[in-house]
Amino acid sequence: MTGSQPTDVAGFSVPGRSRGLLDVFGYRYLLRLLVRKGILTRYHGSVLGWTWSYVKPAAQFIVFYLVFGIFLDLNRGIPGFPVYLFSGIIVINLFNEAFSNATKSIVDNAPLVKKIFLPRELFPVATVIVAFVHFLPQVLILLLVCLWVGWAPTWIGIAGILLGALIVVIISTGLGLLFGAVNVSFRDAQNFVELVLLFATWTSPVLYSWTMVRDTVPAWVLEIYMLNPLTAAVELFHEGFWLPTISEAVERPDSLWLNAFLALGLAIVLLFVGQFAFRRLEGRFAQDL
Amino acid sequence: MPKTSELTGVPRIVVNDIRKTFVLRHTHSFKEAFIAWLRRKKLTTVFSALDDVSFTIGEGESVALLGYNGSGKSTLLKLISGVLRPNGGMVLTRGRVAGLIEVGAGFHPDLSGRENVYLNAAILGMTRKEVDANFDRIVEFAEIGEFIDTEVKHYSSGMFVRLAFSVAIHTELDILLVDEVLAVGDAPFREKCKAKIAELSSQNKTMLVVSHDLDMVAELCQRGIVLERGRKVYDGDVKTAIGEMISRGSSK
Repeated sequence: MTGSQPTDVAGFSVPGRSRGLLDVFGYRYLLRLLVRKGILTRYHGSVLGWTWSYVKPAAQFIVFYLVFGIFLDLNRGIPGFPVYLFSGIIVINLFNEAFSNATKSIVDNAPLVKKIFLPRELFPVATVIVAFVHFLPQVLILLLVCLWVGWAPTWIGIAGILLGALIVVIISTGLGLLFGAVNVSFRDAQNFVELVLLFATWTSPVLYSWTMVRDTVPAWVLEIYMLNPLTAAVELFHEGFWLPTISEAVERPDSLWLNAFLALGLAIVLLFVGQFAFRRLEGRFAQDL
Repeated sequence: MPKTSELTGVPRIVVNDIRKTFVLRHTHSFKEAFIAWLRRKKLTTVFSALDDVSFTIGEGESVALLGYNGSGKSTLLKLISGVLRPNGGMVLTRGRVAGLIEVGAGFHPDLSGRENVYLNAAILGMTRKEVDANFDRIVEFAEIGEFIDTEVKHYSSGMFVRLAFSVAIHTELDILLVDEVLAVGDAPFREKCKAKIAELSSQNKTMLVVSHDLDMVAELCQRGIVLERGRKVYDGDVKTAIGEMISRGSSK
């Protein structure tokens, strides 16, 4: 570097430098307002408003229950199938919504990203939180149904539910950062994400039981299948919500908790990967949008 | 090197040998990129927006960035606000920087004026306490009155701009970046904005103004920096700077 350089740089800062996700905590107030905005504008202009958050999962549940429970007769294979089905669906719904909205969050906030410097991680993080808030009514419905059919919660089951939700939130934040950053330059990312979500819905044991996978695939495929963090999260929800509602003995995955903690580890690795990619690509955001 | 700042002690903005190039990509999807790569076509062209620009702005200075379209003024403001990062050189700022850069960027049409004030003030870096303290002044300055609880999408364009501008101008700041926003609103409101900016200037705030309204620039600023195709060609008294810019423009 040539030219004059100030000898005393104390008190100066370099514009546009951020500490990534850590800065999001520094901007708690703005994060809260962004989340509030996401919640307030979500059903804006609709008469039913947040009722849609109850109607949509209910409709989804009815369709799946009719097709899989009655027509394909899974009702008989899996005891307490409705609860089994719904506790899996809400996990996948949380993942779908958090991940796909986070992927679009940077592009959706283009005017801000282009004009004003903010830690851009705020946008994916805020959308994941909004998705989580949206997930709560579904948990409430599930909880009511569980109580109605005789739910005897255990502490370990509740810990499982919390761990499952945590895994999904961390994974969607990590993947959302990664694909959200890629989506700025290549809008293919959001279509690719839709494919990922399609796979996620059908490759986790939501609509069927893990034993059906075990009975048809070689052992090593099952290993991989069980290592899928979404499978782990879905099984944790089954453990917490579904298992205490049934009286029949069912086969549970052998290393449920080991897989759960592996999934948590993988989720944290994904979060670091996402943050790293985000920071690498962030410099181009304002010019590529 | 700039003379003015040496008199005012510690500078507020230091721009040192800054260089910004834009890579213009010709492809916007994986498919296009792949096909272009197969055909060995050039995927990108490099365009230099700023080249070796250096200056220092001291506390309380009001500086106009002058130049015709494409000279790199807005790029320079974006580098100072941190939205863009330089490819070479260094930008340093001291204190809170707020940009009056296309006001209303963070406004959401479905939220009420009140919600938008809070959201945008937070976007511009204000804390809740600061907004609470300034809220009435913001609404009064914007002349929004009872419409503050109406959704912003029902506002007239004048009301929208006034409110957005009012939020930005009431941000507590040390350095104010102004980009062409003064062209908004009707004549009385423009006068009011000008007065507000002059007031900030008298409070020893540092200002960097980009505008094509040369009369206003001459009125608000003492110093002018002329850019021509990404290079600094003049730095000094604002009136001389305007003359320099015009003579360069006409000799082209």
